[in-house]
Amino acid sequence: MTATDIHRTILAVWRIEQPRLITSLSRMLRDVPLAEDLTQEALLAALEHWPKAGVPEQPGAWLMATAKRRALDHLRRGQMLARKHAIVARDMEREQQAMPDWDAALDDDIGDELLRLIFTACHPLLSREARTALALRMICGLTTEEIARAFLLPETTIAQRIVRAKRTLSESGLAYETPRGEQLSERLSSVLEVVYLIFNEGYTAARGEHWLRPQLCHEALRMGRVLTAIAPFEPEAHGLLALMELNASRTAARTDNAGEPILLLEQNRGLWDQLQIRRGMQALGRARELGGAGGYYVLQAAIIACHAEATTAGETDWPRISGLYEELASVVRSPIVELNRAVAVGMAEGPAAALPMVERLAHEPVLKTYHLLGSVRGDLLHKLGRFEEARAAFEAAAELAGNKREQDLLRRRAAEAGAAAVST
Amino acid sequence: MRFMYIVTSSQPPRPPTPALMEAMGKLADREIKAGRMIDNGGLMPVAMGAQVRITDGKLSVVDGPFVETKEMIGGYAIFELRDKEEAVAAAVEFMQLHREHMPGWEGTCEVRAFATAGADGSCQVDALAHS
Repeated sequence: MTATDIHRTILAVWRIEQPRLITSLSRMLRDVPLAEDLTQEALLAALEHWPKAGVPEQPGAWLMATAKRRALDHLRRGQMLARKHAIVARDMEREQQAMPDWDAALDDDIGDELLRLIFTACHPLLSREARTALALRMICGLTTEEIARAFLLPETTIAQRIVRAKRTLSESGLAYETPRGEQLSERLSSVLEVVYLIFNEGYTAARGEHWLRPQLCHEALRMGRVLTAIAPFEPEAHGLLALMELNASRTAARTDNAGEPILLLEQNRGLWDQLQIRRGMQALGRARELGGAGGYYVLQAAIIACHAEATTAGETDWPRISGLYEELASVVRSPIVELNRAVAVGMAEGPAAALPMVERLAHEPVLKTYHLLGSVRGDLLHKLGRFEEARAAFEAAAELAGNKREQDLLRRRAAEAGAAAVST
Repeated sequence: MRFMYIVTSSQPPRPPTPALMEAMGKLADREIKAGRMIDNGGLMPVAMGAQVRITDGKLSVVDGPFVETKEMIGGYAIFELRDKEEAVAAAVEFMQLHREHMPGWEGTCEVRAFATAGADGSCQVDALAHS
């Protein structure tokens, strides 16, 4: 094995074991930032010893023993409560006597601890960016360098975010516990927001970018699955998972060989990932069983499910989609949701019904610089045979589009509308 | 990356020991909860299966068992993981449980990455198909 190989092997083992390490240490120390520091030290120890001594036969047990030893040292050094120390020492002794066999670690159900950890890493006290970095680091086991690469940011920026976030957590003195009752929904939405943000960051990454960027989708999906496993009665967690699985199912169909985006209705549905669609539909079903059909994420998942279930674009149930958007608009007042609703109405009832909705949105401040407004308006005008107006709308939209591919697409559509205007 | 794990053995099939069943159950539970395992299943003995073959341009349906087959597939699992290293680490853990709880058993856990658009492996397949 080369040095790089063994390094990668260690990181792989690390990612599998890390949740158990950090939750165990958090339980011991009641201090998540400190627990995180010490688990990182265990990783460093592995990186130092394993290349020389080889990967131990029980790598998980090795990491756990190392991390716990560090924690114990810390408790000693800090002259923390003698009692706490005694309890931990006794526990460790007992564990060592009952020489851990291969699956001792598997008996340790860390569900509740992990949930507590996720709630801590995604605490609303922290900025969205800080929560995101902390979650990727503490829950997904990504290194600072990996997070930086994935977000196209300098490593020092991410490192600072993590340090600051951990300091905020330490100084806040907040209880390391699972929120209950009223607090739960606020705290949960803070977690779901972070997971969805990570997903979208990966989902919008273009083909050919460093592989860590699209990898963010997988990390978010993984976190979504973890959440639904350890908080199985939260409909919105299932809703978010459904939304992510269903969106991710289209990954292979979203771009052509040159990396150009292919719009949903033009995608080859044979490339959609049926296993992932099935998982998404299951999660959506579960969310509905739990009474969450009207939730923010569940509604969005239900909309995507309409596409996933249609075997051809022509079979899409647009009236249902338009109804779901209407419901979503009642949950969250957002001009972007309104714009999407207009698209669905346009498909369900025709462009004449949708155009006034879009015109009304033209004055929304958020949409003033949003290229998709002009794009949708241009499309409706084109369908209504108002080609000259369509051309102008597409051209204005192209000016606002953020990336070259979208600009090209909009200019192409403007040219088509212009040609149609001349020939009529 | 998505991986398929296929467990094969050339030994006469025998049911896993209760200890192995229990350990594998716990491992599966952990892997599901960790969001890594997205599908899995054990397969019934080949005697209950069939093969549809093409030989010399002729199609035939053969009911199991198949005397000439040496390696029997006992089960599969589908994982979503970061990379091959993670896939191998998970397979090592899975096989360690077999060594521990089913002494004398010999077999293989084959780890195969799914072909996806843009992955190196699938490009090679394309090249072969066109050549």
